[in-house]
Parts: sequence; structure tokens; C-alpha cells
Amino acid sequence: MNMALRLAAILFSIFITTAVHAADKPILPNIDIGKGGQCVEPDHALMRKTHMNLLKHQRDETMRKGIRGQKYSLAECVECHASTKTNSVLGSNEAFCQGCHAYAAVKLDCFECHANKRKVTAEASK
Amino acid sequence: MSETNLDRRDFLTKSSIGLAGLAIAPGMLLFDMAHARPLGEAASNKVRWGMLIDNNKCETGCNDCVTACNTENGLSGGTKPTDSQWIRKVQLKDTFTGRVSSLPMMCQHCENPPCVDVCPTQASFKRADGIVLVDKHICIGCRYCVMACPYQARSFVHEVLHDQKPEVPRGKGTVESCTLCVHRIDKGDTTACAEACTKAGHKAILFGDLNDPESEISKRIRTVTSTQIRADLGLNTGVRYEGI
Repeated sequence: MNMALRLAAILFSIFITTAVHAADKPILPNIDIGKGGQCVEPDHALMRKTHMNLLKHQRDETMRKGIRGQKYSLAECVECHASTKTNSVLGSNEAFCQGCHAYAAVKLDCFECHANKRKVTAEASK
Repeated sequence: MSETNLDRRDFLTKSSIGLAGLAIAPGMLLFDMAHARPLGEAASNKVRWGMLIDNNKCETGCNDCVTACNTENGLSGGTKPTDSQWIRKVQLKDTFTGRVSSLPMMCQHCENPPCVDVCPTQASFKRADGIVLVDKHICIGCRYCVMACPYQARSFVHEVLHDQKPEVPRGKGTVESCTLCVHRIDKGDTTACAEACTKAGHKAILFGDLNDPESEISKRIRTVTSTQIRADLGLNTGVRYEGI
């Protein structure tokens, strides 16, 4: 009886430690941020949370009113964050957009119409 | 925020240096910059973009405007019923005189566009400067506008597309048509078709601001007879033709 109790206690403590360890280090997607650099909003958590709202507001302004060259732009997202190897924000679960969307299980519609590749100049591709 | 302002300042400085290089004298530039709207400013109804197509100068058999449009907008160039065609060359034959001529046909950018009237989601809309566009974010692909357009200018995208142009987003399940090269106009450029026609030496397509009495297109429509196709519908098209 005593032995069984002790065994249970040991098992329980192992379980607790692993649980605590798991909480310490959540499994995050391994994302290729491309060129990276200074983002339009310095707060990364804010960008993760609200990038779709920023883009949606901007898209209506551009589409309906023709206001271009503003702060938030999908093309600029792609410009900075497309993988330096593939020039795309899609293609693998490490790609900037696809990687995070696959991780969060959120459907990504933008690139059914919009270009997912960085514009490569003739000189850069040489 | 400060980061953006710096970029903006940087941009303005650089562009003004560029402009200074092109100035012949203070206040005079080598080319007409009047059309370029400042970046970040909304399109205004003071401007109405249009084109004048001279049927006499349009060469039968020349397809340069169509090719230029396809290249500019990333269209396949196919002519099957399910392929997108934003501009087509149409051949006309006068059965009495036997005269054969051709003209390019595309979205006529009507002042009173029937496609906008019928759109159930308001995806089809007219921008302040007269350009008729489809907001593909809210287009449900019902194709009422395709039916309503008297010029058969609209196409439906039937298949999944890849490698679209960054400036010209296109996708399956939405309707599309000539955008009057809106991404070029916003930069102060002319349309791809007009550019190609001039390059080919025909100069049959004249692009400009119909509201500006001093623009080349306004002067031309003031002095020569030009017609709207299906003028009886009272749509007041932005694209006009002369010599038909």
C-alpha cells in the first residue's frame, strides 16, 4: 500500500513537471521572417493580433478611393517578409504567412488573388 | 509613426530632386505632370478619365493594344469563352461601301454604368474619377454585371490563377474587366493600350482627362466628330470613337 502510494506520488510529480515544462515552452511555429527589419508597427504582438484589420481598412481606401502609398500595404508585407530563398510568403509551413496561419488554423484568402511573391528585379535575380 | 514620417520626408526629398533635374526653368517641366495625383490623395471627381479611339488610324490586323493589356494585367491571352478578355479587336465591315476597319473594344467606363446598377453587393462601382471597377473583395461572382453590360466588356474568372501581377490582383470566382490601368493612372502614367498604340506608330488611342478643357483629348473631341457606341442608351461613355 505504502509502496503504491509512493509510486503514485512519483508519477504525479513527473506529470506535473512535464506539464509545467510544456507551459514554459509552447511549441511555436518556426517562421522565416524574410528580410525582416523595422515593421510598420513596432509592437509585434499588435501586428499579430490586428494586421488583418489594418489591411482591411487600407484595402478599402485604396480600392474605392484610390489612396495609395499608405502605411499598411499587403505588397509591403510581402516585400519584407517573403522568404529570401523562395521570394514567397507561401509554399511551406515555415513561410511567413502560411506558417503562422497553418499554426493558428486560420484560412488565408489574400493570396488567391494577390501576388505572394516579392517583385524581383532583373538585376537581383542574376 | 516617426519611422513612417522619415520615410515620407525621404521620399519627398528624393522625388523633388528628381523633378528639379527635369525642370527647364522654374515652374516649367519637360513633360506634363498635371495628371499625377499626389500619393495618398483620394481620386477626385474634378477629373474624368477617358479615351478617344480613332478608327481611321487603327490598323486592321494590329493587335498591339490587346497584347499590351494582357502583359500589363497578367491575362493569359486566350480567347475561349472562359478566358478573360479585357480588350478585344473588333472588325467592322460596311456592307454598302465594303470598307473594312477594326477598333479596340473594352469597358467604356460609363458615367451611368449598368453594371453598377445591377450589382447586388455594390462590388461593381465607379470611382470618383470615372473609372468603373470591381471590388473583388466583395464580388460574389453572380455575373449580373456581365449580363447588364451592353459592350460585353466583363469576364468571369473560372479557374484558379497563379502568379498574378502585384498591382493587378485577380482571382477565381470574381468578375473583372478593363480597369483603365488604374494602377498606372494613379502613378501619372497612361494606359498600357494607349502606350502600345503610340509605340506602334498608329497613335489611335488618346488617353486623357475629359474634364480638363485644356487636355489634348478635350480639345480633340471639341473639334472633331466623335461618337459613343450605343449612345442611345444614354450611358455617357468615357471611351469615345471617331471615324466610325
